[in-house]
Amino acid sequence: MANSMASYIKSKKRRKRISAGWVFVYTVMIALVAFTALPLVYVVCTAFKPIDELLRYPPRFFVRNPTLQNFWDLLIALSGTVVPFTRYIFNSLFTVSITVFFTVILSSMGAYALVKFKLPGTKWIFPVILAALMFSAHVTQIPTYMIVNGMGIINTYWALIIPKLASAYSFFLMKQFIEQFPNELLESSRIDGANEWTIFWKILMPSLKPAWSTLVVFSFVGNWNDYFSPLIFISSEAMKTLPLALQTISGGASIARAGATSAATFLMTMPTIIIFTIMQSKVLETMVHSGIKA
Amino acid sequence: MGNLQTAESKKWLGSDLKKTRITLSTWWNKYGIGYMFLLPFLILFLIFTVVPVVVALGTSFTNYNMLQAPRWVGINNYKLLLTDDDVFIIAIKNTFTFALISGPAGYMASFFAAWVINQLKFRKGFALAFYAPSITSGVAMSIVWLYFFSSDRYGFINNILINLGIINEPILWNMDTKTIMPVVIFISVWMSMGTGFLVFLAGLQNVPRELYEAGAMDGIKSRFQELWFLTLPLMKPQLLFGAINSIVGSIGVFDIAVSVAGIPSPNYAAHTIVAHLYDYAFIRFQMGYASGIAVILFVITFLLGRICLKVFSSKDIY
Repeated sequence: MANSMASYIKSKKRRKRISAGWVFVYTVMIALVAFTALPLVYVVCTAFKPIDELLRYPPRFFVRNPTLQNFWDLLIALSGTVVPFTRYIFNSLFTVSITVFFTVILSSMGAYALVKFKLPGTKWIFPVILAALMFSAHVTQIPTYMIVNGMGIINTYWALIIPKLASAYSFFLMKQFIEQFPNELLESSRIDGANEWTIFWKILMPSLKPAWSTLVVFSFVGNWNDYFSPLIFISSEAMKTLPLALQTISGGASIARAGATSAATFLMTMPTIIIFTIMQSKVLETMVHSGIKA
Repeated sequence: MGNLQTAESKKWLGSDLKKTRITLSTWWNKYGIGYMFLLPFLILFLIFTVVPVVVALGTSFTNYNMLQAPRWVGINNYKLLLTDDDVFIIAIKNTFTFALISGPAGYMASFFAAWVINQLKFRKGFALAFYAPSITSGVAMSIVWLYFFSSDRYGFINNILINLGIINEPILWNMDTKTIMPVVIFISVWMSMGTGFLVFLAGLQNVPRELYEAGAMDGIKSRFQELWFLTLPLMKPQLLFGAINSIVGSIGVFDIAVSVAGIPSPNYAAHTIVAHLYDYAFIRFQMGYASGIAVILFVITFLLGRICLKVFSSKDIY
């Protein structure tokens, strides 16, 4: 027993130094990570390729003479078409920022009330939210379409915003986090005469920054990439968001479009990666609490 | 006597009213603001999540084209779907083929990667590179992967295979009914590995170090024993969360399949349940029939989710 323990500790020490085993592990992981990152590297390279490199045969992976020409083509040349590309960017940025902002506030407020107020008659809510995590949004898409249609907001920004505000996923994450928040802190502020509104904004939200920053990241990523909602709610070209626009541009398949497509793909992909990179440590801190205790 | 009784009861009633008024106002002071905080979320959640599930169930028993009033048809839609609609059977088969391969493959790969990366240096860099694909847009990444899987000689993979002399003619990756599904699965696994990964990585960081030392005392000899006896049981909540995400994601496969093969795909080779739903709901506007598909989708994901809850139940430990 003692022997095996000693050998275990020894082997643990040995692992700290560079051994053949670790070289192997690092090599495998670098290969795996290269596989996951390769297409993204390709997105970056292609966006800056001049037209002759885009059409080269045999194709080349990396860019030789980087240029901004593709972005000019996308922003200026395509503006001859009915809707300028900048409009799609605006549509996406506008609807996504409003959705993210209100999603975070609504789910934080809701989760705070559910966890810390012990409201009578609300015991059923959390199990229902847990259940809602277990089916995809596609299930509710048809009635949602009827409701949105009944509200008369088809083909408006509201159709892309309102149905997505009450996200079960966001509520779940906020609830997990608010449960950890000490009740004593809330009580002592109440005794000091702070009202609930102040407590929520001045005490709870500042200390829950890692949680809602994570929510901002996920909500941004999900909505930025969302393809299904604009597909069914938006019918006019001018109201389309980036994913739909990108599909239209790439579907053209003409050679002149190759450059514009690669630039559009770049613009579609980079924001989420940049935001995640900035927030990475906060996100990891939060995700510790994401488990479901069954 | 009678008068007295009424006076008495009036008195009673009065004090009772007063009492309820007092309790109401204290009740409001205690809970009112709480309800106000909860209400905006709750109303939207009811309208756009809870009510739609019920409405979908109701609509599935009708014929409804959004112009005329819905007409009750009983279980006719389900009968047609399950016995008469060959394309739906193909869609179910495709979705399950997809889910059975991409779900477990992505899930295990992401857990394994999280477990290894958690023990490496430059953890943050590895984590970012591994996670990045899952926060990219399915539409954008399908376009990129189609450069690799392009059906002519310009495609990287055809190019390499031709140069190596493995094939003579370029493979029609996204047009040949035999290769469409494998391509969709490949791209999806690549994209979905990150979702569980992040949850797992966070969970792994949360396992206390002392536990491993205690485990060493108790005779745990290798990293794999450590993983099996200590790490996995402690991570059940994260494993469950990851499993549910993975099921919902893989049963709901749609945008990658559409971007790779179009709708309808050649010979319905990439036709999934959600694609069938989209086709009937938003192209043909047969809402009753499409709701039937939605209900079947709901039942499938929900049952699988329940199974996961049973498997990863953490009641028996600690």
